[in-house]
Amino acid sequence: MTAPKRTPLFDAHVAAGAKMVDFAGWEMPIHYGSQLKEHEIVRSDAGMFDVSHMTVIDISGADAKAWLQQLIANDVAKLPFEGKALYSGMLTEDGTVVDDLIVYLTSYGYRMVVNAGTTDKDLAWMDSHKAGFDVSLNVRRDLAMLAVQGPTAIAKVCAVKPQLADAIQSLKVFQGLPAGDWFFARTGYTGEDGLEIMIPAGEAITFFNELVAAGVAPIGLGARDTLRLEAGMNLYGHDMDETVSPLQAGMGWTIAWEPASRDFIGRKALEAQKAAGVPMKQVGLVLEGRGVLREGQKVVVEGVGEGIITSGTFSPTLKHSIAIARVPAATGDNAQVDLRGTLTAVRVVKMPFVRNGKKVFN
Amino acid sequence: MSIPADLKYVASHEWLRLEADGSVTVGITEHAQELLGDIVFVELPKVGAQLAAEEQAGVVESVKAASDVYAPIAGEVLEVNAELEAAPELANSEPYAAGWFFKIKPANAADLDSLLDAAGYAKEIGA
Repeated sequence: MTAPKRTPLFDAHVAAGAKMVDFAGWEMPIHYGSQLKEHEIVRSDAGMFDVSHMTVIDISGADAKAWLQQLIANDVAKLPFEGKALYSGMLTEDGTVVDDLIVYLTSYGYRMVVNAGTTDKDLAWMDSHKAGFDVSLNVRRDLAMLAVQGPTAIAKVCAVKPQLADAIQSLKVFQGLPAGDWFFARTGYTGEDGLEIMIPAGEAITFFNELVAAGVAPIGLGARDTLRLEAGMNLYGHDMDETVSPLQAGMGWTIAWEPASRDFIGRKALEAQKAAGVPMKQVGLVLEGRGVLREGQKVVVEGVGEGIITSGTFSPTLKHSIAIARVPAATGDNAQVDLRGTLTAVRVVKMPFVRNGKKVFN
Repeated sequence: MSIPADLKYVASHEWLRLEADGSVTVGITEHAQELLGDIVFVELPKVGAQLAAEEQAGVVESVKAASDVYAPIAGEVLEVNAELEAAPELANSEPYAAGWFFKIKPANAADLDSLLDAAGYAKEIGA
């Protein structure tokens, strides 16, 4: 048993009244009082999440591009200019998900951000697939990362960093901007506008406090989960992992099939899955009555088969329960969930559930 | 951590208050609501139901988890807190007051005597 790790923002969380919990070996804030209030703040104003436990990896070397083109399922050749971001799965040879990640094109090569809980196995995986490539990896433990999200998030960051305001405001969605040792990217995990900001560790607490003064509320991991679930975004280890194909986890759009000559890890297995027919698909479930859908609950589709809820929660925005589920491909608009022993009718919908503060499914 | 001295407790985190008319009000403790986090639904027993001690009497669902609520002593359900069904967050904000769950008429008033007092419950939860 090793002691939980602390991010550079640990003292700021404690000072802000956070309840700290262990998350993937890190001591992280779960909430600062009320998860529901924090959720509402991000949907209506601006909140910030410490995501320093996630791992930033800088990738350089003459073969960096060629290496990434075989390592991940999306194609970094799609990145048209420096700063642009790409979401991708990194797959096993069997066509299941090692991790999901974001990769940015940079002046020196690429910057990748991977999940905290998968970092060790990701790095081992990458290392074991480096032979023959001129590529080097630099794990940036010297950086903290804050996600500032919500309809007023960008304006509030600009108020704190007026000298960068013009550049930040000109960022398009899924585009990043290096500024010295800092990096501002218009990305997120909430379904709201906002930024993910990488910061030299020693400057993180000052910046956190400046954001608090500018009216950005600290938000815990609890609200981060309900926000991403409303946004219909996958969480690694729940909605997909090394037992699940990206084709069954709503990640089909992240696979770059063209050019057909690009032989990325997992491609052959995915092609075989497609040829055989993909038996399961990812959908959203909505329970408008009482009760809360939870991960692991069985989904029953009459006359078709069974599936499983991979993430479920109470939606603070919609005031009822929602879930992400993996169900038989032939599932229609209706299903039932085994809710603590009672089969309960739910609606099957196309995700996301919420975008920019508003309900979006029918 | 608030553990009022005038209440009785059980290890499953319900509290009981003996009222002047002999009825007993039941709710969940401040410690319980803190473990659960934001509460979003409650399911209460039916008025008139006869509950055995430790029988499931309802469900409390938070954003985080679902948890059963038990009858701490045997008795008949006299009243349930309709206000709590409409505003479950009362169990978070006022667990010993507006956030009460139900009232029962004890089958045997002496059953209360054997339950934990505030000091016993504090010890139980390591407070």
